[in-house]
Amino acid sequence: MSMFGQVYVKDNKYKPKGTFHHMTANTPIRDADNGWKLLGITNPRDMTYMHSYGGEAVFFESLSQGKLMASRCDSAGCGQEGTVYMPFRIHCPDCLGKNSVIDLTETAKKTARIHTYMVCERSGAFNILDKPIKFINIEFDGVATILMSYLSIGDPEFGLKVVPIFKTSGPTFTILDLSWVADGTPEADLPEGFSF
Amino acid sequence: MITFSKQQLKIPRLQRPVYMVTAGQSKFDRAIPDKRTEELCIEAFTMAARLLDISPAELKQYIHSCYYGHFADHFGDQLLGEAIIHDRLGLDPLGNVGVKTGGATGGSTLWEGMKAVASGYSDCVLVMGWERMDEVPTDEGNFLISCAADKDWESPLGHIYTGYYAVMAQRYWQVFGKSEESFRRTLAEISVKHHGYARFNPFAQSPMDITVDDVLNSPVVAYPLRALDCCLMSVGAACAILCDEDTADKLTKNSKNKPLRTWVSAGSHTLRPADRLDMEIPLLPNETEDQYKDLGERFPGGDRYPGFTGFLAARMAAYYAYGMAGITDPTEDLDVVELHDAFTISDVQTYEDIGIRPYGYGREYVESGDCYHTNPHTGQPGKLPSNLSGGLIGCMHSVGATGIMQAFEIGLHIWKRWEELHGDEKIWKDFNREKPGDWTNLQVENARRGMAISHAGVGSHVTSTILMDPDYLIK
Repeated sequence: MSMFGQVYVKDNKYKPKGTFHHMTANTPIRDADNGWKLLGITNPRDMTYMHSYGGEAVFFESLSQGKLMASRCDSAGCGQEGTVYMPFRIHCPDCLGKNSVIDLTETAKKTARIHTYMVCERSGAFNILDKPIKFINIEFDGVATILMSYLSIGDPEFGLKVVPIFKTSGPTFTILDLSWVADGTPEADLPEGFSF
Repeated sequence: MITFSKQQLKIPRLQRPVYMVTAGQSKFDRAIPDKRTEELCIEAFTMAARLLDISPAELKQYIHSCYYGHFADHFGDQLLGEAIIHDRLGLDPLGNVGVKTGGATGGSTLWEGMKAVASGYSDCVLVMGWERMDEVPTDEGNFLISCAADKDWESPLGHIYTGYYAVMAQRYWQVFGKSEESFRRTLAEISVKHHGYARFNPFAQSPMDITVDDVLNSPVVAYPLRALDCCLMSVGAACAILCDEDTADKLTKNSKNKPLRTWVSAGSHTLRPADRLDMEIPLLPNETEDQYKDLGERFPGGDRYPGFTGFLAARMAAYYAYGMAGITDPTEDLDVVELHDAFTISDVQTYEDIGIRPYGYGREYVESGDCYHTNPHTGQPGKLPSNLSGGLIGCMHSVGATGIMQAFEIGLHIWKRWEELHGDEKIWKDFNREKPGDWTNLQVENARRGMAISHAGVGSHVTSTILMDPDYLIK
């Protein structure tokens, strides 16, 4: 059994290890209505990509440590000076200066509320969230933007106060390590691996 | 950007007029396993030549450069597919370029072609778009489409684009629809209308004779959006020929087609709706400065713009296009439109973004009957019929072709050839489709001016294509 591809970086170079693609044979596609004549071929493909988070890596690493990091433009004289971004933006969209990284965890715990939401009964291939998925878009005091995430516990409604939970045990290092629950949810009810 | 400089608000100026002289399209379907993409493109091109009463080889003699719209390489697992199509059309060694802006790819391809003619680089260009969405099953297709959201921040949340629109639907419904069930039924009416018009279009993939209740009882995809609120996943191709005035006159000399003055504009906004900063509503010519001052009082929660209820990209595309073409009120100045009904909710949002109705009142365009070919309340012609092709919900959404199909439909109305291309028994038969017994001619009488809106992502790119009979220009 081959090992699925894993990677680390050394000297600013990717060091891949294991198998990054898996071979599967092509098979013919035939026309059942026309004497099983050949129409085409399947092209199986199973491949692992290597993707850099770049300047957003601190955000994804912090989720696994129970922290929600945002960014803020601190460039003197910029029209957006003082604007806080969540989703995290590496650079200010106005002056293009590098934003400061700030810890938004406490603000989120105190002020996060639902701006809009939906309940998703279907998902595309490769999605790992349990259905129905409760998408929520979240406002925070002092933040200019509205974060998209998902609600693990509670019934979504406009203005509902929610608090962040983090997958600190067995993190995936993706945006799925951040979820939300209705304010007042006991810690014992949180999904496996998540904590406040 | 939430404020604009004078330079950014400049109305685009073309160096010379541009004309659409012909267009064509293939059949559209969920899967076309017996044809390669190049066969569909050749069908579209051949139709475009036929509508000018010349051969494809003759038409090719005029073409100087080519613009190809094809969005999703990963669907067809083929990079540089443009080079294959260009070769199979026999257009080497002319210059060509691929254009990709998600759902707006077709409109953006027209935008590029228009600029090539307007600048004088080419006197005649081919604009061709296609998409091949049948090389993966639907679940995998939804995954591939969701790759057009931010892959770190949005795609993992469901891997389904409908979800990203459903949060908009929820917000719009509760704020501007005031949570009324009647608003939800209005959304459903759009689906009924578009699947219904698709019944009269032999090219269309999803003709259906359904009711509002059928839509409301269809399976939930992402509440409040249901299966019949959503656009199609399609295969097909469409093309258009754009020219300068001299070439247009030569090409249409022996044809029923009249050269149509053509303007295309574009706007954009963040890929993630999450990043959209609160701002003043940019105004269109038919709006006034104080019109939206009390929007938040009339619709509590409606004072954040564009928030999750408007598309700034569509507003900007309309602003530039109306300025170029001299439109001051789209409902009065236009005769027919094709809008990008990716979802019923985004159709309503777009009515407001492009000024057919003010923000907050999009539903009235449907409820008044203005959007119909024949107003169901009065029996008279609709004031501004929309999506008589069936749109993306009833006809197709083979992404790279969509904006071009819309322009083709508008062209057919102005050329007075809609019946010829939709009622011909031979076309129905060639596509192995049955022409309905109650087939109805949806030609818009005396159509002189029309517009097509092409839209990507959750409003990341939007184009506006305006076509006018040159004898009925506004300016």
